[in-house]
Amino acid sequence: MLKVDHVDKSYNNNGFFKSSSRKILEDVSFECSQGECLGIIGESGSGKSTLGRLLIGIERPERGSIMINGESIFKRKNRKSKISVVFQDYRSSINPFFTVEDAILEPLRAINIEENLAVIIDKLLIQVGLSPSYKHKYPHELSGGEAQRVCIARAISTEPSYILFDEAISSLDVSIQLQILDLLKELKNSYKMGYIFITHDIQAATYICDRLLIFKDGRVQETIPTKDLHLVESPYAKKLLKNLILF
Amino acid sequence: MRLIRNLVRDKLGITSLLFLVLVMLMGVFAPIIAPHDPLAINMPLRYASPSWEHLLGNDHLGRDVLSRILYGIRASVLWIFLALIISVCIGTVMGFIAGYYRGIVDSIIMRICDVMLSFPVYVITIAIVGILGVGLENILFAFVLMKWAWFARIIRTSVLQYIEMEYVKYARTIGLSHRSIILRHILPLTFSDIAVVASSSMSSMILQISGLSFLGLGIKAPNAEWGMMLSEAREVMFTRPELMIAPGVAIISVVIGFNFLSDSLQVALNPELRQPSKIIE
Ligand SMILES: Nc1ncnc2c1ncn2[C@@H]1O[C@H](COP(=O)(O)OP(=O)(O)OP(=O)(O)O)[C@@H](O)[C@H]1O
Ligand SMILES: [Mg+2]
Repeated sequence: MLKVDHVDKSYNNNGFFKSSSRKILEDVSFECSQGECLGIIGESGSGKSTLGRLLIGIERPERGSIMINGESIFKRKNRKSKISVVFQDYRSSINPFFTVEDAILEPLRAINIEENLAVIIDKLLIQVGLSPSYKHKYPHELSGGEAQRVCIARAISTEPSYILFDEAISSLDVSIQLQILDLLKELKNSYKMGYIFITHDIQAATYICDRLLIFKDGRVQETIPTKDLHLVESPYAKKLLKNLILF
Repeated sequence: MRLIRNLVRDKLGITSLLFLVLVMLMGVFAPIIAPHDPLAINMPLRYASPSWEHLLGNDHLGRDVLSRILYGIRASVLWIFLALIISVCIGTVMGFIAGYYRGIVDSIIMRICDVMLSFPVYVITIAIVGILGVGLENILFAFVLMKWAWFARIIRTSVLQYIEMEYVKYARTIGLSHRSIILRHILPLTFSDIAVVASSSMSSMILQISGLSFLGLGIKAPNAEWGMMLSEAREVMFTRPELMIAPGVAIISVVIGFNFLSDSLQVALNPELRQPSKIIE
């Protein structure tokens, strides 16, 4: 379904006199099939968020292609209702001028669906564990966990092919992290959506992902099914795993 | 509509708004409501005190002060407002282009702004008046020329700030068009910045125009303008200080009105600053 093919990305450090360019991603290739949950794990600064921005089509790579069902995701039309995203910073994830209802309606309005929108919103809110009375709240009136649930409701509203989570639970406290992970697992079973789960928390990743992609310095080190995690080969992955066992 | 509802809740804000609208309407309909011809000289009534016939008295040429104040709204408020709207529009468009599309366009627009902003407004205004001649329209032209760059800069900065927000990234991810992203996610937020900057610079422009008219660079002699009326009253400041009161109060109250309005707009536009009224009751 999602196919990332030999992707390179670099950023220019724009100096006034000379501009140098630094390679952030190098020759990244992987695939993610329908309904699969793929974890991308790597240390800070390894380029995970950069890869994430490419996967949601808002930035373009210098080289290589990213296709969804054989179509490039860099065309706006191909992304519509197929890709969605939940970010880490729940405070700026919802337009402060929008109510919860406006926010969830946004992707639904973009694809002109016929059904009764009010009913859909109530259903979505209940599904993510919020009461429908939250509809009229503004984002600043929500707690972090609630805002993140609203973002999840917004992301699943159009039943996209995959949702990208960029550190989506990292800024929440541990008990809420677990609640949200369980919620995501449950939603995955009922909607058959693919997840791409970017995180540096290997524990959370092993909890929810079917397959892990170990990422270091802009390169894919190795991909491995979660159940075979103990069989990793690359030294970096081994180190990660050792830390996991220590805790 | 939400904006109006929120503004109504704020007593000071709605009062300022109504006051300013009323002032502007009085300026537009000055010929109908003014009791006298603002230019009619009536020497026997020189420095006359207020009477029923002339509610605010008469000036050094016996002209009716109230009528001159009413006609003065046109130069002192309405034309300035128009100049402000024009420069805000130019600034907004330029700022949006620079901030949204970045790259080379951004650099070009910003360098032009830097050039415009490196001249002091007063110096340029006086230079333009020197070239084009004395007159309100030339001062306003100079203002538009100078101020748009300032607005463009502020609006670019606020566009740059909002474009980095995750909800803009989300909107791009789900494939919304640039147009709807600008209209729904960026303009409403920058609008509060625009409104606040515009209303506060309205006050400074009124004061600057009054100042320039006071110096005799603004509107041409017999026509009424508040700054000019102050300047005329200055000559008899010690013998007839009351002549300064009417134009002075007019300028101050309009400026204060715009300042209050800008504060209230800021609150009314931003859901986070709004008081949840339920809790207070
Ligand atoms: N817009 C940009 N312009 C220039 N450099 C950038 C830009 N975005 C990211 N970088 C650089 O790319 C590198 C990777 O950043 P990225 O945000 O992808 O890391 P990350 O893996 O998500 O880290 P973290 O776990 O801390 O979120 C960093 O060194 C950063 O400085
Ligand atoms: Mg990151």
